[in-house]
Formats: sequence, C-alpha cells, structure tokens
Amino acid sequence: MELTVAERASRSHEPPAVPEAVIQLENLSHRYDERLALDGVSFGVWPAEIFGLLGPNGSGKTTLFRILSTLMLPTLGRAVIQGFDAARQPARVRRAIGVVFQAQSIDPKLTAAENLWHTGHLYGLHGGALKSRIAEMLGRVGLAERAGDRVETFSGGMQRRVELAKGLMHRPSVLLLDEPSTGLDPGARRDLWLYLKTLRDEEHVTVLVTTHLMEEAEHCDRLAILSEGKLVALGTPAELKREIGGDVILMEAQDPASLARRIAERFGGNPTVIDGKVRLERENGHRFVTDVVEEFAGEIISISVSKPTLEDVFIDRTGHRFWNETAAPPAK
Amino acid sequence: MAHTSSIPAEAAQNPAVSAPAPVRTSAALAVFSLWWREIVRFYRQRSRVMGVILSPLVFWVVIGSGFGNSLRPDATGGGGHYLEYFYPGALIMIVLFTSIFAMMSVIEDRREGFLLSVLVAPVNRSVIVLGKVLGGTTLATIQGLVFLVFAPAVGAQADAAHLVLVVVIVFLVAFCLTALGFAVAWRMDSAQGFHAVVNLFLIPLWLLSGALFPIRGASGWIRAIMRANPLTYGVEGLRAALFPATHSREFGLGASVGVLAVFSAIVFAIAFVIANRRSTKPAA
Repeated sequence: MELTVAERASRSHEPPAVPEAVIQLENLSHRYDERLALDGVSFGVWPAEIFGLLGPNGSGKTTLFRILSTLMLPTLGRAVIQGFDAARQPARVRRAIGVVFQAQSIDPKLTAAENLWHTGHLYGLHGGALKSRIAEMLGRVGLAERAGDRVETFSGGMQRRVELAKGLMHRPSVLLLDEPSTGLDPGARRDLWLYLKTLRDEEHVTVLVTTHLMEEAEHCDRLAILSEGKLVALGTPAELKREIGGDVILMEAQDPASLARRIAERFGGNPTVIDGKVRLERENGHRFVTDVVEEFAGEIISISVSKPTLEDVFIDRTGHRFWNETAAPPAK
Repeated sequence: MAHTSSIPAEAAQNPAVSAPAPVRTSAALAVFSLWWREIVRFYRQRSRVMGVILSPLVFWVVIGSGFGNSLRPDATGGGGHYLEYFYPGALIMIVLFTSIFAMMSVIEDRREGFLLSVLVAPVNRSVIVLGKVLGGTTLATIQGLVFLVFAPAVGAQADAAHLVLVVVIVFLVAFCLTALGFAVAWRMDSAQGFHAVVNLFLIPLWLLSGALFPIRGASGWIRAIMRANPLTYGVEGLRAALFPATHSREFGLGASVGVLAVFSAIVFAIAFVIANRRSTKPAA
C-alpha cells in the first residue's frame, strides 16, 4: 500500500510539503483555556483507506475532528487535507470533505429528499443532476420509499442513514465520521461498515472514523490510538496487536502486587497489576502458564491466556485501562 | 479541485466511478436554499403561524380600544380614533415579533446540529447570514402585509405609489430586525437568554418608536432616544404612507426609507462580522 502511494506521489506534481497523505497532521496541538486537549499529534492518512481514530472520552478525538472539519482553529501545528490547510484554506478543505457528525444535523421538519435537496444546493448541485443524485443516494441507503416523509417520523437508524447520504451528496474525496455507530443496532452497524468499505473500494473515498469502540476499530485499515491528547499507537490493527509480542496472561491472586514482583524476579518480563489482576505479555503463553502455576502453586486463584486485543495495545502503550475512571493506578 | 493525485489511477480510468465533486458553488443557490428552508419550517409549525398573526391583532384591538377614550384625538396629531393612530405601531409590532422570533431558528439550528452541517459546507458566511436573514425578513414582511387588510377599516387612504412605499418600509424594518435577531442569536446557546435580550432591548425599542405616543408630546430626552431609534422611522414612515392626508409628518417619507436602509446595511454588516469569526473555541 505505502509503495503504490509513494509511486503515485513521485508521478504527481504536488507541493513537496504533502507528498502522499490525504490527511496530514503536523504537530497538531490544541488548548482549551487551561486544558491541553491535543498534544503534538502527527500522522498521515493514505488515499482510499478507512482510518480509525480510537480513544476513550476526553482523549482528544472530538477536538481533532473539529479541527479537521474546519470548525475550530488549532492553537498550534497544522492539519492539511488534500494539500489544503484546514485553518488557512477552509473553503478548499470544505469542498473536499464530507462530514457526518455524531449529533443529528438533518432538519427533522424537512423530508428526507428535502434535506438532501438543501444540502445539494449548498454544494452547488441543482436541477436534474441534483434530483438524480438525491434518488441515487436515498436508494443506496435504502430509503427510496421514504423520500417524501419528514425525517422526524424516522427511526434513529433511518435518520443516521439520511445523515450519511447528506455527507456524501457532493461526492467528497474524504469522508469524516464522528462516532458513526452511536445509536445504531448491530445490524445497522454492520450495514454502515459494509457501505464504508464499498465507498473505499469503489469510489476510492478516504474515510476517517472516530470511535471509542474496540470492535469498531478492528474494522479499520489503520488506526491511530489517542490517549490524553497524545498519539500512543499508529498502525494496522494486526500490526499493533503483533507488537504486543505473543499472548496476554491475566492472573487473579491473593496478593497481586507481591506475585507480580516475584514473577518478574523469577521469569523476567514486565508484569503489572491492573484492576487487581497481574497482567503479563509473553510469547508461547500456554507454556508459561504451566510454569508459573507450578512455581506459585496455591497463590494463583485463576489464570487466563488470550490473544492480544486492541485494548491490550492501549494498556501496553499507556499503562492503564481504556476506561480508567475506576481503574487502580498502574503498578510500575 | 486542483489536487487530484489522491484519486488513484484506477478511479480516473474507470467510467463507472463517480465524477469528481462539483467545484463551483453558487452563492445565489445557497442563499435561495437557506431562505426556502426558513419559510418551509415556519409554515410547518402551525402554532408559530397562529401566534404571530393573532397576538398583534389582540394587542391592537385591546390596547387601541382601551386607550381610545383616554387620549384626546388632538394629542395624537390627527382627528381619528386611537385605533387609527396605533395602527402603524401595531403593524411594526407584528414585524418585530416575526423577525426576532424567526431568528430563534439560529439557536434551534445550533442545538439541533443543523448549523454545523451548514458551517462545513463551502459557502461564504455572508451567504449563510443573507439566506437566513432574508428568510426571516420574508416571513415578517408577509405577516406585516397580511395585517394591511385592516387598513381600510381605520380609514387608510394610500394610493398605489404609497402602497409600494409601505411594502418597502415593512421590508426594510423586517430586514433590519431580522439581522439584529441573527446577530443576537448567533452566540446564544439558549432560547431563554434570547428572550431576556428581546424583553430588555427590543420591546422598549418598540415602545419608543412613536407606536404608542407621538414624538412631539414626549419630553426632551425621550424625544432624542426616539429620534435615534430606527423603528421610529418605520412607524412614522408607515403612518405617512398610509394616512398621507391626516397626519402631520415628523420626517419626510424619503428620509424614513433612507434611514431604514442605512440601518439595515449596518446591522447586516454586524451580523456578518459576528458570524464570520473563526476561533480556537468550538463552533457549536
């Protein structure tokens, strides 16, 4: 993927500042009065990939989304979309992006078709071309039959589909979605992801999705994981999990802190205590389990071995759980 | 779009792939669409329509009839009943209510999230302000002109030329007030705050417009405020256009229209500047 991108970039005559990425963040930082919400974030999003921005609430996702959608100026650094600076050239950026907000943005007093009609006008579509685009988009999101009904009579899932159609009316090359599966049932969620993949594969749309759901992040081609305004991990879900190195072993014990210390002395590694459990990353976890249970027989109440998840990636990089409001401080 | 390198080569070769996004956006189209939405939304909320038509009518009849016998006819500068004197003021009140409350939609749009989707569209902020303000202006002008059916009942003798002037004055007052409503509503996040501002500033503005009592009878400093009040030019202008014969004029009709036009331009510019600010704070 990177190779073809590089090839493409070498053939084009673009300014050197942004050689290949569709979205390029350069040391992006944002401060709300006294709180630093984004702290020097830099990464690139490649053409026609589904890029996930994963992080718990308060990690800076929404701040980043606001800056990318040109609604807020960053206090430091740059966000460049399709070669245009979101802060300095908002009009150019706005033409390139389609935005689907987490909150409803469609007008409930208008019909589905009227909502799209209005949006089309804002993007310069009109007449027959607009009419056929409305029919096309409503068909794609499965709402052709309800075109003439007011949106206020729709279910939550149907309203989300109108939102998506609205964001795509002007055929944006970049689609930004903020927590798109909020309020969707599992079936609707699956449909949404199928559609995003179709957009990527057939129309080569670059999709950026913010999410706080691990299972949703798994669908992304690449991920940036944010924690407290900092970029803590970047890569494909598989790469990130592979970097953990082997398996994740969790042990319940009478005295987790002492067990962790003694495991470190006996077996090495870096066992930590998270949520009252000893946690350890280890290759060939199944063999380690027999060793450790033999060594500390009677002290371990339960033990489990699992393949690393994205949550493990998060724990590995930040030293605390994804939802850390209730978690104990990391035992380092 | 100048920058196309991000679209893979396959996309350019594949005819089934959609055409690139339209580049040219039309300001007129965007203004029209925002205007249209304002109108459609208003008439789909029946209670709003009823409130706007009925409340000024009730005001006019109750206040006009109540004062009718208390004020001597010569105090108002004409020979007619107080209902006649009060008529232009009542019309301006309809325009005031409709204009200002039409711009409550700015707060609603922000709360409902609709505004965000307009703000990320590639349209200039002046287009957004103009579309919404013209929408509110149209609603207020229509409501004001509907009230004109009562004009013959109070003995208005306007000819065709004067009727055109009436329309122009009503439109300008509506535009001025709608733009003012927009400017006030833009930074507000609650309807309550908006009501507070309306009650504190706009109702007094109307009371001191010559709607209830003439400028001539007012004391010195009140008179100065009334002369600085744009609504005064609306009320006096309407009075002069509707009753050319009976009322002695405070200002010429042309002066009234001119002052209203200047005020409209100023208030619109203020609304634009307020809406055009981009900052490091969330936009909505």
